[in-house]
Amino acid sequence: MVKLGNKKKDCTDSELIKLDHIYKIYNLEGEVVYANNDVSLSIEKGEFVAIVGKSGSGKSTLMNIIGALDVPSKGEYYLGGEPVRDMGDKQLARIRNEMIGFIFQQYNLLPKLNIAENVELPLLYAGIETAERKERTRKALEKVGLSDKWRNLPGQLSGGQQQRVSIARALSGDPSLILADEPTGALDSKTSRDVLDFLKQINEEGNTIIMITHDNTIALEAKRVIRIADGKINFDGKADDYAAIL
Amino acid sequence: MGKLILMERQMIMRQSFKLALRSIWGNKMRSFLTMLGIIIGVAAVIVLVSLVNGYMDSVIKSFSDMGANQIQVNVTNLSSRSVNSGQMYSFYEDNSNIFERMSPVVSVSGKVRNGEQSLKYTTVSGISEQYGDIKGLQLESGRSILYSDIESRQRICVIGGYVAKELYGSGENAVGKKIKIGDNTFDIAGVYQIKNKQYSESGGEDDFVWIPYTVAVKIEKNANIGDYLFTVRSVSKANDGVILIQKFLMDILKNKDLIRVMAMSKILDSMNKQMAMISGLAGGIAGISLLVAGVGVMNIMLVSVTERTREIGIRKSLGANKGAIMQQFIIEAAVTSSIGGIIGILFGCGVTAAVGKAAGVTAHPALNAVVIAFGVSVAIGLFFGYMPARRAAGLNPIDALRSD
Repeated sequence: MVKLGNKKKDCTDSELIKLDHIYKIYNLEGEVVYANNDVSLSIEKGEFVAIVGKSGSGKSTLMNIIGALDVPSKGEYYLGGEPVRDMGDKQLARIRNEMIGFIFQQYNLLPKLNIAENVELPLLYAGIETAERKERTRKALEKVGLSDKWRNLPGQLSGGQQQRVSIARALSGDPSLILADEPTGALDSKTSRDVLDFLKQINEEGNTIIMITHDNTIALEAKRVIRIADGKINFDGKADDYAAIL
Repeated sequence: MGKLILMERQMIMRQSFKLALRSIWGNKMRSFLTMLGIIIGVAAVIVLVSLVNGYMDSVIKSFSDMGANQIQVNVTNLSSRSVNSGQMYSFYEDNSNIFERMSPVVSVSGKVRNGEQSLKYTTVSGISEQYGDIKGLQLESGRSILYSDIESRQRICVIGGYVAKELYGSGENAVGKKIKIGDNTFDIAGVYQIKNKQYSESGGEDDFVWIPYTVAVKIEKNANIGDYLFTVRSVSKANDGVILIQKFLMDILKNKDLIRVMAMSKILDSMNKQMAMISGLAGGIAGISLLVAGVGVMNIMLVSVTERTREIGIRKSLGANKGAIMQQFIIEAAVTSSIGGIIGILFGCGVTAAVGKAAGVTAHPALNAVVIAFGVSVAIGLFFGYMPARRAAGLNPIDALRSD
């Protein structure tokens, strides 16, 4: 088991994520594809970063690497000071569990579990005992304003509500990083607004957020924007500066 | 740390159980069809083994009623070396801790007649006063042959129910009458009850005339008796009895070809072995259907893994490692086959009772068949659930998340 908890405290600098010359190379029927081509970046605690790019730009590959769902072909990725490259299944699973809260475009709630059970899942895999698990689940649902719906199945809620459940699930494990993949992609503009405001709010409360999007206007909601094209970073700066070049 | 992991495992396991039950309940038709194979397999094992056991039990019981505690002894007496009844009796009395009863058996030839009426196949034997008890027969009327009859060589006899009925009309009628065996006339002292009314026939169990063996020896002019019938105090002593008799006779006759000692329990043993084989065979054949059922479980689990690829991806993104995913699917397979196994046991017990009643066999569900069938069905769930579970656990989280 990785003692991530201790490592986090040992890490004196505020750097949460460091990508050092990351390559992700696929070999598709003899044709070599560089999904990520020499990507280096650093994200500090408390930041709200949007990674923007067209489909096929390599932003999803980058998200997978940052989310410890995938490992780079070349280069080093440090999460909380810990190199991820040589980790096995168990360590990667634990990193995803303890350090990362995912929010997906399609919410990705388990349809047969009720809302509370969905929110509880990361805590279950973390091995948190029942009483504390229930308490943290309740708090997370309260935070997104759905504590009265805990018994409902995801299918009984609206899209916006489902996305709020998935945010509650991402928050329940108290992760170092919230990784949101097109969080508003399936929502109408009104509920998109709500979700974005909510993300901003939890960022204000100290959570680090990385949001992946193809939409420049959504990207501008973040404090910092990183633009990916053809597997490379071609912009990395403040949202205001990004707005200026559009 | 270890305790924490254990607690975590338990919690995830409990959730896996809950999910397994929910998934089974959520796909009722599919789950039932999956279980059907197991249900039929388990029920078939139980029904076949129980019925075969029940039938064989009744065969063995009727066989042991005939005398599982008997030992038949046959010696060929030579002029130079021989065993007489006095030696046999003293050997028997010396080993009364093992032997319960003993009787010489002397075959007597000659037609059995009452006046003009005669019987063709009646067995006439010279026996001791214990023979009736050895054969387990009950007197219907009159008295049995007594020790004093043997000592004083009384020309009396006891007859089987069939003989009484054929020659005298009834048992009561026969007592006190005279009967001719060849050229010799005997007084009928007693009549035995017919043992089995259905099988009371010429040459059957009840077609006999017994006379004191001392008289029989005289009629047949036998110097020494060749046949004896022993009973042991319990069937478990039969082997010791056989060994003792063999040793005793060997010491005198010095040639094993002259001695034949056979315990009925030996025959019973071989019947028991055959029965175990037959019921094992029946169980094995039924077991094949369990194996086929296992393939069915595997098939459904593979479908389930494919269907739930996305769920697996989600769980992985939330921190489930391979072990946790694998556990979930194995538990689901095991729960499915266990539920099938339990239904199969209930079904099998019911069918056993019904078929047993219809076929007139007292068949009780064999406990070993129940235990083995259930164990095998759980094992099949685990075994055939393993491959799909491994496939699920091995899914790449990204691919799994992308699937629809």
